[in-house]
Amino acid sequence: MTFLGMPTHAPSGVGQLRGDRSFPKAAREALADSQLRGNLGRATATIRAKRTAVVAEVPDWAELRAAGAAIKDAVLADLGYHLVQLEEQVVAHGGRVYWARDANEANRIVTDLVRATGQTDVVKVKSMATQEIGLNDALAAAGIAAWETDLAELIVQLADDLPSHILVPAIHRNRTEIRDIFLREMGRAGVPAPAGLTDEPRELAEAARLHLRAKFLSAQVAISGANFAVAETGTLAVVESEGNGRMCLTLPKTLITVMGIEKVVPTWRDLEVFLQLLPRSSTGERMNPYTSMWTGVHPGDGPQKFHLVLLDNGRTATLADPHGRAALRCIRCSACLNVCPVYERTGGHAYGSVYPGPIGAVLSPQLTGVMENPSLPFASSLCGACYDVCPVAIDIPTMLVHLRTEVVAASGPNPERIAMVGAAWLMRRPRLYAAALRLGRAGRLLARNGVIRRLPPPMSAWTRARDLPAPPAETFRDWWVRTHGST
Amino acid sequence: MNAREEILARIAAAVPESVAVDVRRTYRGASGEGRGGAKLVALFEDRLVDYRATFGRVEPDHVAPVIASALVEAGVRSVVVPAGFPAEWLPAGVAVADDPPLSSAELDAVDGVLTTCRIAVAETGTIVLDGGAGQGRRAVSLVPDYHLVVVRADQVVATVPDAIAELDPTRAMTWISGPSATSDIELQRVEGVHGPRRLEVLLVTAWKRGRQGTMGAGTSAAKGRI
Repeated sequence: MTFLGMPTHAPSGVGQLRGDRSFPKAAREALADSQLRGNLGRATATIRAKRTAVVAEVPDWAELRAAGAAIKDAVLADLGYHLVQLEEQVVAHGGRVYWARDANEANRIVTDLVRATGQTDVVKVKSMATQEIGLNDALAAAGIAAWETDLAELIVQLADDLPSHILVPAIHRNRTEIRDIFLREMGRAGVPAPAGLTDEPRELAEAARLHLRAKFLSAQVAISGANFAVAETGTLAVVESEGNGRMCLTLPKTLITVMGIEKVVPTWRDLEVFLQLLPRSSTGERMNPYTSMWTGVHPGDGPQKFHLVLLDNGRTATLADPHGRAALRCIRCSACLNVCPVYERTGGHAYGSVYPGPIGAVLSPQLTGVMENPSLPFASSLCGACYDVCPVAIDIPTMLVHLRTEVVAASGPNPERIAMVGAAWLMRRPRLYAAALRLGRAGRLLARNGVIRRLPPPMSAWTRARDLPAPPAETFRDWWVRTHGST
Repeated sequence: MNAREEILARIAAAVPESVAVDVRRTYRGASGEGRGGAKLVALFEDRLVDYRATFGRVEPDHVAPVIASALVEAGVRSVVVPAGFPAEWLPAGVAVADDPPLSSAELDAVDGVLTTCRIAVAETGTIVLDGGAGQGRRAVSLVPDYHLVVVRADQVVATVPDAIAELDPTRAMTWISGPSATSDIELQRVEGVHGPRRLEVLLVTAWKRGRQGTMGAGTSAAKGRI
């Protein structure tokens, strides 16, 4: 029996919301990889320029952004109502709805649904929710092969790699690496890559088309996520570029969609806001090539069996924090990743979660509970670029600070906290404080060329990752007394 | 307590007092302004060309021969044509009917597909298919590698809100903005992945030959920012 007053976080041991190392440790490895830094630097610079150009041409961007934020807040203020309405509408149009408290329950539901079809292969549309819950592993354990069909997801799957970006999971790979993966791995998973494949993006896309074509045409079951679900009509929407989404959502007989409970929007009209905000923020296009919308089952058109799985997995725990719940507004555009100076240098893997970058630093710790991801709220310089570009105006920097205080409060005493308590005591005693500052000048003995590279323990922790400027020869207070005559 | 009850109870516990949120729609809403006009049509063309779709204009009484020559030029010898496609627009000898419904493999063996559309959005270069007359079920406009869409000028609206206001959400819909594309390799856009690799849009004008010049002027004026 769960005590209802206690928020329930995403369970550990399933899915991908936690790394096995802290962010600083994982980041150190990424920072040493110059190939990775080059790939990321080029890719994020390209997408930043595209986004800036297409956002600038929309005269009412600020109004759309404010409306997007307000619509999401309205959903979160009355989430239960909207979910029940969505369920009613989907059922009324011939679909079935399932509720999953966490990753394990969602994986069980989907596995059972696939088993019931008798199929052992499923095609998948790129979906953050199914990455989050580790669905492919759960299906594999049940003897079901899940084929990723988004080009970047295919690259990640073939290389047995982890996604490193919300929109472009293989952003850490350059074209030559991708060609090598295709030549080496495609044959093992089905149609092999053409001999003599070059690293020209057009040829690589063609190889993916050939590889997946047979799978699409024979697939009986597809699994997708959802970008939006309209409560009042039961309409689901998936936004994509390649056509793999259309293939999965249209050709198979059975469609299973897994969506986080925060993806619901109240009205059909709300899509007029998000279909403007998302593509421009995400791929930097005026509109993405394909958007599919369906409401339950459409007789004679597309899958004749539709199952919708509504996933909590820590979202209600996130909702319970008034200072953190705005993270649930996120529409997974990844604009915040592309502008983040930390993400640009470390890449996504260092965050240990399928949600990397600034939004990941506030979302992952809330889904898992902060103490399961205690280093992520610190993986930021708080520069605020993420807030500026967020199409639903999530104040990520303020939320990071809030989560930092939660981590500190839950962590108990540490040298920094003890030092701060000591400093507070000292600052209340002016004469002692002035004496202590003068004493600090002794630090000059440690400096070389005006910089202290290493402090003695226990302060050495501070200088492990940064230099400290040498203390000045004269304290500010002494200078003031000398030039102005008194304090 | 089952999962549904428990999640709803968690939500109720997380937000004990729901505060009404005021959604202010001060952005540009649906207005129907400029619908089908030269300016919007030119903007629509500009967007589609940017997506590397092929764009052409045709007067109402020349549609069939222009489609016929477009198909020849594209090397397309057979096209699926959904029920309800206007007979007077159909060139002779190329149409394959989707009745009884073709299998995925049969669709894959056809060179192309010829459809109408429900509505088009100029600002984003978007064509919406909703399965109505001449549009077919979703698989038909997906599996063949070439898609020719005939759009009437009076179907072109300015903005996304204009389209949303007119569409019926309970229909199965596909919003198409250019040929299939990917940016997954170094974030560089490449056209042509799983959807039709060639998208050709034929706009049926409401104007007679003598007024073509006006449209040309509209094109250059609409090249600026929206």
